[in-house]
Amino acid sequence: MKRLRAWFLAPTWTVMLSLFAAPLAIILAYSFLTRGTWGGLTRPWSTESYQRLADPIYLGILWRSFWIAGAATVLCLVLGFPLALFISRAGNRKNLYLSLVILPFWTSFLVRTYAWMFLLRDTGLINTVLQKLGLIHNPLPLLYNDGAVILGLVYGYLPFMVLPLYATLERLDRNLLEAAADLGAKPWVALTRVVIPLSAPGIRAGAILVFIPCLGAYLTPDLLGGGKTVMIGNLIQNQFTTARDWPFGSAVSLTLMAIVLVLLLVFVRRQEGGLV
Amino acid sequence: MESVLELEDISKDYPAHRAVNAVSLDVGRGEFFSLLGPSGCGKTTTLRMVAGFEDPTTGQIRLNGARIHHLKPYQRNVSTVFQNYALFPHLTVQQNIEFGLRRRAENHIDQRVRQVLELVQLTGKESRYPSQLSGGERQRVALARSLVLEPDVLLLDEPLSALDPNLRKQVRAELKNIQRQTGITFLFVTHDQEEALSLSDRLGVMSGGELQQVGTPEDLYLRPRTRFVASFLGLVNWIDGVGVRPEATRVTKGPAETGARSMPARVVQSTFLGNCVHVEARMDAGPTVVAEVSRLGESFSEGETVDVWWQPDDELTFE
Repeated sequence: MKRLRAWFLAPTWTVMLSLFAAPLAIILAYSFLTRGTWGGLTRPWSTESYQRLADPIYLGILWRSFWIAGAATVLCLVLGFPLALFISRAGNRKNLYLSLVILPFWTSFLVRTYAWMFLLRDTGLINTVLQKLGLIHNPLPLLYNDGAVILGLVYGYLPFMVLPLYATLERLDRNLLEAAADLGAKPWVALTRVVIPLSAPGIRAGAILVFIPCLGAYLTPDLLGGGKTVMIGNLIQNQFTTARDWPFGSAVSLTLMAIVLVLLLVFVRRQEGGLV
Repeated sequence: MESVLELEDISKDYPAHRAVNAVSLDVGRGEFFSLLGPSGCGKTTTLRMVAGFEDPTTGQIRLNGARIHHLKPYQRNVSTVFQNYALFPHLTVQQNIEFGLRRRAENHIDQRVRQVLELVQLTGKESRYPSQLSGGERQRVALARSLVLEPDVLLLDEPLSALDPNLRKQVRAELKNIQRQTGITFLFVTHDQEEALSLSDRLGVMSGGELQQVGTPEDLYLRPRTRFVASFLGLVNWIDGVGVRPEATRVTKGPAETGARSMPARVVQSTFLGNCVHVEARMDAGPTVVAEVSRLGESFSEGETVDVWWQPDDELTFE
């Protein structure tokens, strides 16, 4: 039995070690090396790449990534909570609505992000319609700014907020809502005093599932931010491509991972019994 | 008797069936009133309509003479003790009990919580969470949470059914005691006839969405109006179309008392139950009856020839 289990786990171990642990070790090594004159890596070993992170430019990018990811998470929560509440009470239509929530996953995220560009650009659908209606004369600057990036992130990661929220709300004992009303709580009070506190596990899980990928987002700021809105993901990509500074790129990657890890530990510790 | 709660011709239709059919009922102030019936008889639906969780399809509900069936649950001065208690798991005992008082922005909250905790004997457990309490303690928190609001009617939905049988009898006595002390009207829903008989000032028996009969426990037990009420409240021996309770059914080896109706029978089984003996006898005319006899009297063995008899006054008769 024990041997059988080892055999079943062997493929997973192989994949994890060769495709996850080994590259991570390589990146760790890179981050302590020095950039060669024409890119590449040379000795000596140094911690210079990590010291460079303290530069105000990079701290600014870090800060910007945090607030954009934070804003996207808060918006996802604000939009996702009512939706999840609605679906959890939709009776036999629950499955239909849940399918609709995950329907966007059927097409590529890249294609969907391009679709937003067609909607948001100066000659895009929204500006054209508003101009034709005579509501505006000059096109609104909808694309290539922080707002567009946040919109793109909210659009992309909303399902990751809705699904864990739905899972918690669906299990909420309906008697508790009746008890709240019975004891004199109006719907709004029942929501804030009973429903929201009891869906804290779902809120935490959803926030983690949205915030972490948003923090490391690369595609959305690249396409919708137009290169102006640089987030950590773009910085890392830059170091490995145009800047040809692999040690610094590795150092930024590992720093991002460390931050995410610390956040996860803080969140998971506050929540005994797992994420959802 | 002054009525605090009146149901007038209440019906509740669901898409597939009618759960409650034309129920009319008056509950007096300070009364312990039970709705008794098998599951699916409409008793819980009736209770939920009084609480405001369900809207009656037709009919009227009045509380203190004022119509309330258009009011939301949070606008009615009634309170429910749920079958599963429905305590807020994220709040302590103190916070659970305060919940309703805070919604009404009442004064002296701490003092009132202390008093009600004393009443239900939970002093010292204020800062516990529901998950840290036993089943019986949770039940008392649920009771305290509603009692502290001093509702016009306290609605109890099978509040004892989640407790183990030993505890149930003890809590039953406490419940009656609390009702007496507070003078609050209790509307108590149960499927347990012993519970209903022992607790209630009056009770109503429901079946198939209809109220079969309302009266005192004695009324209903001794003068049931339908066969259903008769059998739901206890064992009945059906002999030639009349019903006789086991404790009114006599079995003797000698002759019957004068004026009694008597039939020859043969003992099938004698079961010792501790406080009494159940003698099962098959009458020569056909049916098998059970007689509850004192263990201090005659004893019977299988196959013995006996006389089964009863006084005509003890017969249950129906329209």
